[in-house]
Amino acid sequence: MKPAAYWHCFVGIQTREWLRFWQQRTRFASALVRPLLWLVVFAAGFRAVLGISIIPPYQTYITYETYIAPGLCGMIILFNSMQGALSMVYDRELGSMRVLLMSPLPRPFLLVTKLLAMGVVSVIQVYIFLFIALLVDVEPPGWGYLAVLPALILASLMLGALGLLIATWIKQLENFAGVMNFVIFPMFFMSSALYPLWRMNEASPWLYWVCQFNPFTHAVEAIRFSLYLEWNPLAWGVTAGVTVVLVILATAGFRPQRTRILGTKPA
Amino acid sequence: MTLAVKDIGFCYGKKPVLTDINFALDAGRFHALLGPNGAGKSTLFGLLTRLLALQQGDILFAGQSLKKHPTEAMRKIGVVFQQNALDLDLTVRQNLMYHSALHGLSRKQSRLRGDQELERFGLLGRANDPVRALNGGHRRRVEIARALLHQPTLLLLDEPTAGLDIASRKALNDHVRQLCAVDKITVLWATHLIEEVSAQDRVMVLHQGRLLADGSGQALCNKTGTTSLAETFELLTGVD
Repeated sequence: MKPAAYWHCFVGIQTREWLRFWQQRTRFASALVRPLLWLVVFAAGFRAVLGISIIPPYQTYITYETYIAPGLCGMIILFNSMQGALSMVYDRELGSMRVLLMSPLPRPFLLVTKLLAMGVVSVIQVYIFLFIALLVDVEPPGWGYLAVLPALILASLMLGALGLLIATWIKQLENFAGVMNFVIFPMFFMSSALYPLWRMNEASPWLYWVCQFNPFTHAVEAIRFSLYLEWNPLAWGVTAGVTVVLVILATAGFRPQRTRILGTKPA
Repeated sequence: MTLAVKDIGFCYGKKPVLTDINFALDAGRFHALLGPNGAGKSTLFGLLTRLLALQQGDILFAGQSLKKHPTEAMRKIGVVFQQNALDLDLTVRQNLMYHSALHGLSRKQSRLRGDQELERFGLLGRANDPVRALNGGHRRRVEIARALLHQPTLLLLDEPTAGLDIASRKALNDHVRQLCAVDKITVLWATHLIEEVSAQDRVMVLHQGRLLADGSGQALCNKTGTTSLAETFELLTGVD
């Protein structure tokens, strides 16, 4: 196949993801309402309880809203990725996943393109969220909005690949709800999204280590540091490494050797 | 010859579903893969379309192994699945554009080919309707139109009339026969409905994972000493 064929396919998958998203506009709104509630209501309530000392990448004392904003960016990506995975289970039940897999282009290319398509939607939501967050004085440096873009894309790829991997193992749509509870909430709460890890260490050392091993923690930190124009090699390294592993596992899961993913019963 | 299946076998776990399947399709002809439910038709389609991995034997497309040259083969195969594979919330045209993109066609080509196929199937006026608004027969036509967008030489249809009423079934069957006659597309039509098969077709009878008979409908009747394909089918499979 010519390079142009890959481009047309890439554009086609991106377009379809957008069209599907546009068809489900309430999903766009709900994906923003959730983090905004956390930012405006939860953060206001906890501002007095959780004092944040000066920790990198911040140069001074910050409000709790400022602290959790990057975590909430991660939350948007996390929820979107899992919803994207849900749509893949939905696609498979409808049989349209077969249409994707019938393309003559390589399957890893098709699946990574699909992950990117889901990621682009998430990234746009994150930017809208960040602009609304200006209203509650979450004001990262101007260049931070640009610097954070690669971190957002990487986090989207990592979490999208995780969702894809989960979708690979889910046979039916109904089973997915349970997985959401076992994946989304533990990943979110056992991370640095809502509280700095030194606080977690004070409260429970073993939980601190769980948070340290949670790749979502590192994705959030990569977003946080990039947004404030700082470089965090550990966060980037872990997020990139886990992304590579998850993308390989997720795309390998969709090889035809794995008959179960087709949901095909003996005919 | 467009497609040759050589010594295919397939098991789900330890349960054999297909055993020693051998056949070769004739270019530009209508082939009926006839078998009762559970015969192994969908599994065979899964293998032909690479949705299932070959466990035994090989599939040759235009003389090339599907295992070794999957990209070239998939470019020339159009598939209509038994289950609906259209996105109901998107319009007819959006569904076609998506499929074309997956085959590497530009937007301009996609639009052109989509409109050509929709016109052929009498659905150009519904191009901007959501698929959800179409009836079952029209949806199946859209699926066939979609399968033809990249101009395949082989069209595989897995029980394409499932869920349709008698009139729609006949209309769809006639449409595909016309495609075969006019465009010289090789067709493999899987069905369990004997009325969808004619005596002039090449008929392959699949039962319990084995190919029991292969030949023109008339030849099979002569060979088994029966007067109709229905009798032949009943005699071979024991299924009414």
